[in-house]
Amino acid sequence: MTGEPRANLPPLSLHVPEPKFRPGDKAEFSDVIVPPAGSGRRPDPAEPAAQFHELAYGLVRVLDDEGNAVGPWAPRLTPDTLRRMLRYMALVRAFDERMFRAQRQGKTSFYMKCTGEEAVAVAATMALQRDDMTFPSYRQQGILIARDWSLVDMMNQIYSNKGDRLQGKQLPIMYSTREGAFFSISGNLATQYPQAVGWAMASAAKGDTRIAATWCGEGSTAEGDFHSACTFASVYRAPVILNVVNNQWAISSFSGFAGAEATTFAARALGYGIAGLRIDGNDALAVYAATEWAAERARTNQGPTLIEHFTYRAEGHSTSDDPSQYRSANEASDWPLGDPIARLKGHLVRLGEWDDERHAAQDLELAELVKRCQKEAEANGILGHGLHQPLDTLFDGVFEEMPWHLKEQRAQMLAEEEASGRPWALKS
Amino acid sequence: MNMIQAINSAMDVVMARDPDVIVMGEDVGYFGGVFRATAGLQAKYGKTRVFDTPITECGIIGVAVGMGAYGLRPVPEIQFADYIYPALDQLVSEAARLRYRSAGEFISPITVRSPFGGGIFGGQTHSQSPEGIFTHVSGIKTVIPATPYDAKGLLISAIEDNDPVLFFEPKRIYNGPFDGYWDRPAKNWSAHPAGEVPTGYYKIPLGKAAIARAGNDLTILAYGTMVHVAIATVEEAGVDAEVIDLRTLVPLDIETIEASVKKTGRCMVVHEATRTGGFGAELAALVQERCFYHLEAPVERVTGFDTPYPHSLEWAYFPGPVRIGQALKKIMKD
Ligand SMILES: Cc1ncc(C[n+]2csc(CCOP(=O)(O)OP(=O)(O)O)c2C)c(N)n1
Repeated sequence: MTGEPRANLPPLSLHVPEPKFRPGDKAEFSDVIVPPAGSGRRPDPAEPAAQFHELAYGLVRVLDDEGNAVGPWAPRLTPDTLRRMLRYMALVRAFDERMFRAQRQGKTSFYMKCTGEEAVAVAATMALQRDDMTFPSYRQQGILIARDWSLVDMMNQIYSNKGDRLQGKQLPIMYSTREGAFFSISGNLATQYPQAVGWAMASAAKGDTRIAATWCGEGSTAEGDFHSACTFASVYRAPVILNVVNNQWAISSFSGFAGAEATTFAARALGYGIAGLRIDGNDALAVYAATEWAAERARTNQGPTLIEHFTYRAEGHSTSDDPSQYRSANEASDWPLGDPIARLKGHLVRLGEWDDERHAAQDLELAELVKRCQKEAEANGILGHGLHQPLDTLFDGVFEEMPWHLKEQRAQMLAEEEASGRPWALKS
Repeated sequence: MNMIQAINSAMDVVMARDPDVIVMGEDVGYFGGVFRATAGLQAKYGKTRVFDTPITECGIIGVAVGMGAYGLRPVPEIQFADYIYPALDQLVSEAARLRYRSAGEFISPITVRSPFGGGIFGGQTHSQSPEGIFTHVSGIKTVIPATPYDAKGLLISAIEDNDPVLFFEPKRIYNGPFDGYWDRPAKNWSAHPAGEVPTGYYKIPLGKAAIARAGNDLTILAYGTMVHVAIATVEEAGVDAEVIDLRTLVPLDIETIEASVKKTGRCMVVHEATRTGGFGAELAALVQERCFYHLEAPVERVTGFDTPYPHSLEWAYFPGPVRIGQALKKIMKD
């Protein structure tokens, strides 16, 4: 059913965005505007959001092509801190490699890497306080790693084994640790955004000094939760850092389907009166500097900041995905902002504080470390091999106290399992 | 064909016949959907009829409602039924009521497809069965196929229906029927008669149940994956049960249910969703209202438990052959 066409008017047409390159095309990034490192202005964190619109449309960069840290955003970190940052990022990559392989070997159901995005979580975490609360999405394992969280603990969760503190109730990689100030990850996109704002508002209301930070993908900014979160953050001047990780792809959908053809994601902040920064997400120093700036803004009651991390998802969306089905083969390798680990390494080498031999030795050491932790975790079991959680934990945690109907159902299940003759273990 | 191919074929056939049918959703366009149910459709019908959307389920359904009001027949996909909640208001307050509140001036001829149910290690956010939430809402139809043949015929009917239809696809049986024994080798549809799916156009009416297995001693009401689990269980237990595949929950084929229960005198309801307030409660009440004097035992409900779907203990949650078997013993005792 369509209306009668009128001869004197041109027919309308529907625009459906299309990425520039598909499998078989050669990706070419000359239209990605990469301003020189050091070129962006660094306003005082107390400056009103409306006064630096240009930062929401530009791209803050610190590391130049030669590995120098330049411009007003250079965070002036000590070589020790820089080495620590590099080590965490390399550890994230080693961890991802190993766990990805574990999934392929059938040891768990699922895994998600953050290859190419290591700087986003690691550098931001280092610019926050250890007790600042984080509300991550599923690609910020770097937060836990940069907080020296136990790798074995993370792996236990991935394997849903008997060492898993979450009792096998969550999907792999959906970590949660209150002590690590790391909020339980949801599989439902963007739900963490308003939650982070709420946490930050509560912290402010209580006169606390802790702030909150949250992360979502650029695809997830289309969810209503994102927009509600921005309104609340702005209205109540919540001490929160809203990170948008623009890694160009949301499974097979390029960033254009979230609105990237028309504007930047940092510019989303402007309509809400929130400070917006668009930064080079593959530049660990830019991530650090922007987070540090936003944290100061939050801590001094100047309100929220939205940071768009312009980066690239160098591998598949998850172990269930095959990116060669929808994107050009050379996209990842030709991404103009390079590899975040290589860039930070180059900077340390340039400073004379690092070299190839030490880097290679560190990679070996980290691979060994991850392997050792894996062994230790696997001693607690892997998914699907045996029953790792006592069967009756199935009903724990639905409510604080178990109501009658769940007790009845639990008894039913135990009878059922006895009848099945399977050797399930019980809690008591 | 397996069920994914049958669903793909249904959309293909309807799109070829009716230029107003459009397919939209996260990743459904170029890539063809994360389960590949829409594979090839964009290449065939173009980007304005098959397209990727932003990740906003309320947006996807809200836009579909608007397109439907214009006169198109949108077939939006919600990538997993677990993600339908952001769209709840659009479905419940808008799509379901548009015809009613506009005295028929506007309608919502949309068919929302969504994979649902567990058994694939999907954890809490990729395993839920939210059908009971929607069967409670007036103005929406709920369809759940159990075989590839039905999936295609029902989906074509759903798309051609002028009311909003939720089409929940049991993802555990996308590739083959499932007897509930997760530790046995998987079967595929090629060896099953319902896997023989004509490539052309055919319809299975909404609101008509199927007798998936005829029997005399007990009536089992099931849908989706549970139809196969129920059949396998009764055959193993040697109970002469009649298994009714409901196919459509709203509107419900009450005649078939009533006739069967009056014949057998016993009724068991099986679903994978949580128990309390679930669709099984509605079925049990209906049977009790209409067949009370024919019943020789109380209506049994076999369901998932009232907990979230746990990742590692999913098979303890799942109402498998043991749970159904125990209920069988209980109901056949009297
Ligand atoms: C509410 C909701 N809708 C859909 C999905 C399915 N889904 C999982 S990840 C994903 C893509 C997310 O892309 P983006 O936000 O850009 O993050 P990225 O994976 O690129 O880090 C989708 C659609 C989901 N998990 N939750």
